[in-house]
Amino acid sequence: MCLGIPGKITQITDTNNLMATVDISGVSREVNISCIANKPLEQLVGSYALIHVGFAMVLIDELEAERTLEELKKFGVAQEVLEHSRENENTREN
Amino acid sequence: MKYVNEFRDPEAAQWLLLAIAETVNEIGSTKDNPIYIMEICGGHTHTIFRYGLDRLISSGVKFIHGPGCPVCILPKAIIDECIKLVQKPGVIFTTFGDAMRIPGTHKSLIQAKAEGADVRMVYSPLDALAIARSHPDQEVVFFGLGFETTMPSTALSIQIAAHEALKNFSVFCNHITLPSMIKLLLDDPYTKLDGFIGPGHVSMVIGTHPYDFISNDYRIPIVVAGFEPLDLLQSVLMVLKQVRDRRAEVENQYARVVSEHGNPLSIDAINNVYEPSSIIQFLDFKEINANRLRIRNNYSNFDTERKFSINRCIKTVNLIEPKGCACGQVITGQTKPIECPQYGKGCTPEIPLGPLMVSSEGVCAAYWQYSGIRTTEISI
Ligand code: SF4
Repeated sequence: MCLGIPGKITQITDTNNLMATVDISGVSREVNISCIANKPLEQLVGSYALIHVGFAMVLIDELEAERTLEELKKFGVAQEVLEHSRENENTREN
Repeated sequence: MKYVNEFRDPEAAQWLLLAIAETVNEIGSTKDNPIYIMEICGGHTHTIFRYGLDRLISSGVKFIHGPGCPVCILPKAIIDECIKLVQKPGVIFTTFGDAMRIPGTHKSLIQAKAEGADVRMVYSPLDALAIARSHPDQEVVFFGLGFETTMPSTALSIQIAAHEALKNFSVFCNHITLPSMIKLLLDDPYTKLDGFIGPGHVSMVIGTHPYDFISNDYRIPIVVAGFEPLDLLQSVLMVLKQVRDRRAEVENQYARVVSEHGNPLSIDAINNVYEPSSIIQFLDFKEINANRLRIRNNYSNFDTERKFSINRCIKTVNLIEPKGCACGQVITGQTKPIECPQYGKGCTPEIPLGPLMVSSEGVCAAYWQYSGIRTTEISI
C-alpha cells in the first residue's frame, strides 16, 4: 500500500485543480500535483515525481539519485580492487 | 524504467553482498548468533522475498519482518464496522483492493460485495470523489487507511470535497502514525533487534527526524531505505557498519526521495485535516496500542464516523485468537510464518485467516508467494 513508482511529468492539465499528466513507462496517467506545487507549475514539466494512489508525492531529486548510483559504482570498483589484491596475495602465497 | 532499473543491477548486488559478508565477519556475527535487522515496511518485506535477498545475504544477518503493512494491522472490528456501513441503503463503499479481502468476524468486504453490497475497488481516493460527483443521491464512503504515506492523499481529497461542497462524500479514517508503532515495538520486551531498515515512503512525507528517538533513546541504528534490491542491500550494509562501529544514527539511503524534513505541503494537508485521537488497540490477538488519527471538527461533514454515528467500539474487541493462529507473534517478528500452525492449512492467500496473508506486502503472503514453502513441504 505504501509503494509508489517514478513518473515523468509531461503536461499540466488543470492549473486550478492542480492536475497533470505523467508518463509511467510509456503509460500516460493523470495525477494530482498538490504535494509538489510549491513552485511555478510549468517548471514541474520534465521532472520525475514519485506517484502514489493518484498523487505526485515528491519530486525525485535527480542529483541525489546520481549521487547514490555513483556511490554504488565507486563501491563496486573498490570491491573489485580489493578482490584483485586478494587474488594476487593468494597466488603469491601458493 | 528510470530510477528503477539502475537500482536492480545484479553486478552491483554481488559487490554489496560481498561487502555485507565482510562486515558481518568484522562484527563476528554468525548463523547462530546473527545480527537482527527489522524492516518495518511491508514494501521492503516484499522486495526481500521477491529477490530472495534473505537467502542471498550472509547467514550472519537475519531479517525480522515488521508490522509496517497497514492492511496487516487492521483489527477485525474495523472491518466489521465497514460491513455494517456497506449494508446501509444508498451507501457506495470505496476502498483500495487489498482491504477488500481482510477477514472480518463474519465476512470480508469482498464477501459482502458478492452478496450484493455496493463495494467498489478504487485506485485513488480521487476516484471515490469522482463516484460521489456522479452519484449525488448516494453516500460515497472512502475507507481511509494506511500510515503517513497515504494520509496526504485522503487529507487532500477531503479538502477538495470541502472546496466543492460535496455533500455525499466522507472518509472512514483509520490512519495510524508509524513512529508510534515503532515505539511500541521497542518497548516490547520480546522484541530483539540490532537495527532498523526505515520505511521509505512514510519518510518521504514526514522526513527522517521523527526517528531521532530510536537512535537517541534506544541506541538502535536506523537507515531509511528505497524499495529496489540495491537500495535494500546498501541500507543493510549501512546498518551493519553502524553496528560494527558502535554507532546509533538515523541515516538516509533514499535521499532521492526522502529529505530530512519531509514534504511540507503534505504535512500541512495532514495537520489541517487530521488530529491525533485517543490511543486505540489496533491489532487483534495482541494488545498493543498505536495512535490513530481522526478528522478535525472543521471537516466533520466528511467524517464517516460522525455522519453515520459510528461508535469507536474498538476497545471492546474480543481478543480471542482464531484457533492456532500466530498473527500476533508473527507481526512482532517473534515467530516465522511457517511456524504458524495455520500457515498453508487454514490460511492461504486464497482464503486468508489472518491479515498477514492478505496483502502481497504481508509477510505470510510473501512467504507463500516467493519462498516456495508450501503446505506439502511443511512438517505436519
Ligand atoms: S499464516 Fe495466517 S493465521 Fe498464521 S500468522 Fe500468518 S496470517 Fe496469521
